[in-house]
Amino acid sequence: MRYMVILRATSLPATPPPAELMEAIAKLGEEATGAGALLDTAGLAPSAEGVRIELAGGRLSVTDGPFAEAKELISYALYQVRSKEEATEWTSRFLKVHRDHWEGWEGEADVLRVFGPEDFAAPA
Amino acid sequence: MTVGDPHRVVEAVWRIESARVIAGLARMVHDVGLAEELAQDALVIALEQWPRSGVPDNPGAWLMLTAKHRAIDLLRRRTRYEQKLEEVGRDMEIRQEAAEAELDDALDDHIGDDVLRLLFTACHPVLPVEGRLALTLRLLGGLTTEEIARAFLVPEPTVGQRIFRAKRTLTEKRVRIEMPAPAELGDRLSSVLEVIYLIFNEGYSATAGDDWMRPSLSEEALRLGRILVGLMPGEAEVHGLVALMELQASRTRARTGPDGGPVLLLDQDRGLWDRLLIRRGLDALGRAEALGTLGPYGLQAAIAACHARASSAGDTDWERMAALYRVLAHVSPSPVVELNRAVAVGMAYGPARGLEIVDGLVAERALKGYPQLPAVRGDLLAKLGRHDEAREEFGRAAGLTRNERERALFLGRAAATAEVP
Repeated sequence: MRYMVILRATSLPATPPPAELMEAIAKLGEEATGAGALLDTAGLAPSAEGVRIELAGGRLSVTDGPFAEAKELISYALYQVRSKEEATEWTSRFLKVHRDHWEGWEGEADVLRVFGPEDFAAPA
Repeated sequence: MTVGDPHRVVEAVWRIESARVIAGLARMVHDVGLAEELAQDALVIALEQWPRSGVPDNPGAWLMLTAKHRAIDLLRRRTRYEQKLEEVGRDMEIRQEAAEAELDDALDDHIGDDVLRLLFTACHPVLPVEGRLALTLRLLGGLTTEEIARAFLVPEPTVGQRIFRAKRTLTEKRVRIEMPAPAELGDRLSSVLEVIYLIFNEGYSATAGDDWMRPSLSEEALRLGRILVGLMPGEAEVHGLVALMELQASRTRARTGPDGGPVLLLDQDRGLWDRLLIRRGLDALGRAEALGTLGPYGLQAAIAACHARASSAGDTDWERMAALYRVLAHVSPSPVVELNRAVAVGMAYGPARGLEIVDGLVAERALKGYPQLPAVRGDLLAKLGRHDEAREEFGRAAGLTRNERERALFLGRAAATAEVP
C-alpha cells in the first residue's frame, strides 16, 4: 500500500532549522529508504512562490501565493508500506525528530492512502 | 486525539524493526531459531506493555534490549543452553550493563551487516527452496506463518513445518551466521536474488483481486530488494534485480482488463503504467549498468526497459530487445529465453525469422506442456497468413494452460483466426 504524507508547519520558530535537525532528517530518510519504505520525498518551497487555481461557479481564478491559511506546506513523502500504522509510525518518527531538534516547531502531517491496483481489481 | 488499535501499532513497529532485532540477536546467540524465539518474546511483552505505556521513543532499541534480557534469563534457566551460555553469556553480561543510548550506537554500527548476514543465512543453499522462501519472509519480512500460508496457498501447518525444518537444518548443519567468503559470495548472492525474485513472481503471477496477500508478496519482494540494494550498493546484479522488479511492478494495473482477464503486454494501456516505478526501475538499471556488465537480472531489466521507454507498443526498440535477448541467451541459456527471443526477433526482423527460432524449439522437452510455445508459434503463423496452422496452435495453447482466463484468451485468438478468410 502506498501512503502520501503531507507535512504542514503550524508554528515556525524564528530560529532557522538547526544542523542537527537536518542531520536527523537525513538519517531517518536513509533508514526509511533502506527499509524499502520511502519511495519518494521532496521539500516544498513556501506558498509565496506558488499559485492556487480555483474553479467556483463555473469560473477559473488564479491567485498568487501566499495563501490565506498561514500553514505552510513543508514537504511530502511517498511511502510503500504494509499498513496504515506503518506509515503512521514513520511519520511519527519524522515529527519526533522535529520535536527533539527544533524547539518551538509545531506541525501536522496528513497520512493519506494512495489508490493502488487493489482498488481497481475486477470483482472476483 | 485518536490513536489506532494499539495492537496494530505494535504490529507496525514489529514489521519495521523485527528483521534488525532478530539479526542483532542472531549475531549474539549464533542461532537463528533462538534469535527469532527471543524476538517473539519481546514482541509479546511489547503487546502487553505498549497499549498501556505507549510506544517507546525508540521502539527498535526497546525490543532489542527486552529481547536481550529475555536471552539472559532463558540462558540461565535452560540447561540445554548451557553451552551457548558459555559462548555468549560473558559478552552479554557486560553488554547488559551498557546504557540504552550506548547500546543504540553499538547497534547502529552493526544493523546493516546483521541484516545482511541474516538474509544470507535464510537463503542458504543447504535449505530447500520452499524453506528459504518461508524463512526469508518470516525472518526478514516479519510475516506470520498464517500470512505466508495464505500467500503461498498452502496450509498453515505446512509453512510451520517448513520454517521449523529450515531452522533445524541450519542448526544441524552448523551453518554459521556470517557473510560468505569472497570466493563463495557470487553463488550465495545468486541464491538470495533467486529467493527474492521467486517471492516477487509468486505474487506477480497471481491474478489480482482474490486475496490481497498474493499481490502484496510482490511488494514484499520489492521491499527486500530495496533493502538489499542499500546493504550491497556495489553489486550490479542487486540493482539489476531491483530494476527488473520495479519495471515489472509498474505494469501491475494494466495487466488485467475490466473483466479481470489478462491483458498482453503489447495491448496494455500504457497510461496505466506506474511512472514512479518506471523512473525508479530505469534509475536502478542505470546504476547496474554503471557498475559493470549486466548479469541475467540486469539484462532482463534492460529488456523490460525497452517496453518502459516506448510510448506505444509500435515505438518499441525491438532490435535492441532482440540483441539483449541474444546476450541473455548466452549468459543464462534456457528454452524460455529462446522463445522470448523469437518474439523479439519476429517483431524486429519479421515473423519468418521469429518462426525459425520457434520451430527449433518445438522438440524441446522443457517446453512440452508450456502453453506459451504454441501461443507464440500461432501468433507468428497468423502474421504469415498461415491461418489454419495458427488456429491449431492457439487451440493447443488453450488445451495446455491451467489458467481459465488465459484459456479464454487463447480460444478467443483461435476464433479470431478462424474468421480470417
